[in-house]
Amino acid sequence: MIFDVDMETLPREELEKIQLKRLKALCERVYNNVPFYKKRFDEKGLKPGDITSLSDVKHLPFTEKQDLRNHYPFGMFAVSRDNIVRIHSSSGTTGKATVVGYTKRDIENWGQLMARSFMAAGASAKDMIHNAYGYGLFTGGLGAHYGSEALGAATVPVSGGATRRQVMLLKDFGSTVICCTPSYALFLDETAREMGIDIKELPLKVGIFGAEPWTDEMRRDIEKRLGITAIDIYGLSEIMGPGVGIECHEAQDGLHLMEDHFLCEVIDPESGEPLPPGETGELVITTLTKEAIPLIRYRTRDLTTLNTAPCKCGRTLARMQRVTGRSDDMLIIRGVNVFPSQIESIIIETEGLTPHYQLLVERHGNMDTLTVNVEVNESVFSDEIKNLQRLESKVQKNIKEFLGVTAKVKLVEPKGIERSVGKAKRIVDLRNES
Amino acid sequence: MKVDQLSIFLENRAGRLAEVTKILDESGVNIRALSLADTSDFGILRLIVSDFETAKTKLKENGFTVGRTSVVAVEVSDKPGGLHNILSMLQNEDINVEYMYAFVQQSGNSAVLIFRFDRTDQGIEVLQKNGLTIIPGEKLYAL
Repeated sequence: MIFDVDMETLPREELEKIQLKRLKALCERVYNNVPFYKKRFDEKGLKPGDITSLSDVKHLPFTEKQDLRNHYPFGMFAVSRDNIVRIHSSSGTTGKATVVGYTKRDIENWGQLMARSFMAAGASAKDMIHNAYGYGLFTGGLGAHYGSEALGAATVPVSGGATRRQVMLLKDFGSTVICCTPSYALFLDETAREMGIDIKELPLKVGIFGAEPWTDEMRRDIEKRLGITAIDIYGLSEIMGPGVGIECHEAQDGLHLMEDHFLCEVIDPESGEPLPPGETGELVITTLTKEAIPLIRYRTRDLTTLNTAPCKCGRTLARMQRVTGRSDDMLIIRGVNVFPSQIESIIIETEGLTPHYQLLVERHGNMDTLTVNVEVNESVFSDEIKNLQRLESKVQKNIKEFLGVTAKVKLVEPKGIERSVGKAKRIVDLRNES
Repeated sequence: MKVDQLSIFLENRAGRLAEVTKILDESGVNIRALSLADTSDFGILRLIVSDFETAKTKLKENGFTVGRTSVVAVEVSDKPGGLHNILSMLQNEDINVEYMYAFVQQSGNSAVLIFRFDRTDQGIEVLQKNGLTIIPGEKLYAL
């Protein structure tokens, strides 16, 4: 079933007409209401009226995450504060947070797009949706919540944590759909087994998983263990939250992008030049309908490929392949965004440590683990174990405090970290191996 | 009256200790006493050697992180109660032992205790006041 048949099955040329109309209006709005964009347009000698075809999008300036940080908290907003009804924010506590706002219409649109997503995943108004995404500043919980209500499903707003209780509620309420991170789904399954409950025996039939990278192997594992269909969802708070793209349960082959609301391009991350469909590059999104914080050509840093071929589900919306990596060095550890540069500043601020470090990411069971290897130098070296252990726990505590992620900090010998020619190899990500 | 101890940071991986002994061997440095303290990730090797400066230079050249610590070497008769006697007098003066290790001398029947105190000078004072024999560095290196 398709939630919004009119929009989701538009012939591409009809869709493109709508996109162009919305793009033109968007350019007018940002030029007149966001000083940042007026400046960017002016620098390029562009006027909103210069955009006369969709391919003109390539002349528009890019927006980067840093631009949002530079305008913290509300500098990128295009409407007055009176019209903002919701604020969300990323987790960054090192001054690197990005703040986004929503008008009443933005929230309604988001709910509609999430309702589309639920239906694409195979859910309907008859379902009960167990929403285990975190509620709060993170967009996942409330995004799914409003979508579930817009769909007309019964929503169970569990949020994260209290896993044994979640298992009990799944059993007692008989929810048929669950949304959470894929690793949490596996943790729920493990917990259920410890409690002597087999999730396969419960009415649960669909899981909608996102907020962290996962593989097809993990999908098959989840489907087998929980006896459900596992659907990949895509979104990012800067653009909206979850519901920017969703797999359909019919094909499970790429995520349909909500193109009537988001103009999506794939570019070469080095040159910034647009790439044709089928080529892998960085996904760039222009928000066509967002009122509160519209963004022009936002660089997601996610690497993917676009596919405009018709899908067997009947939707004409282009599909993006599962995100295969990042064009920057951001890591997502248990749903938390971690930049090596953030770890680096913590290490440097911890007395006397050399900035030589390496991040090792592994998956043990279903949990991501982060190990930070830090080189010891003579200025911090002590002949007493307790002093070195104190140093380790100090770095560990600061990482937890500033980034919200638990890392194991390990002191290593100088030169213990491989020096590569040119760019240092800061990250060893072993999650997709084995 | 103090003794220079060489402390070396070691990652816990196979062959790392042997690297150190190889460097010392090739440099003609003899080990007088040693202790190895370890955690699951790393260890600290503490050495008293025949030639501190050479050992330090060679190890540094080979990329090891080394430190110099002043420790105190005390001679004690090799019989029951020897160590306890010393610890009691230190306790009375409220001097804390950060760590210690010991070895028995080949010649004679005395043992040598190597102490790292929280207050090194006061530690030496207490031991001397109680008439214990403190072995100076030069003597220990040349044993």
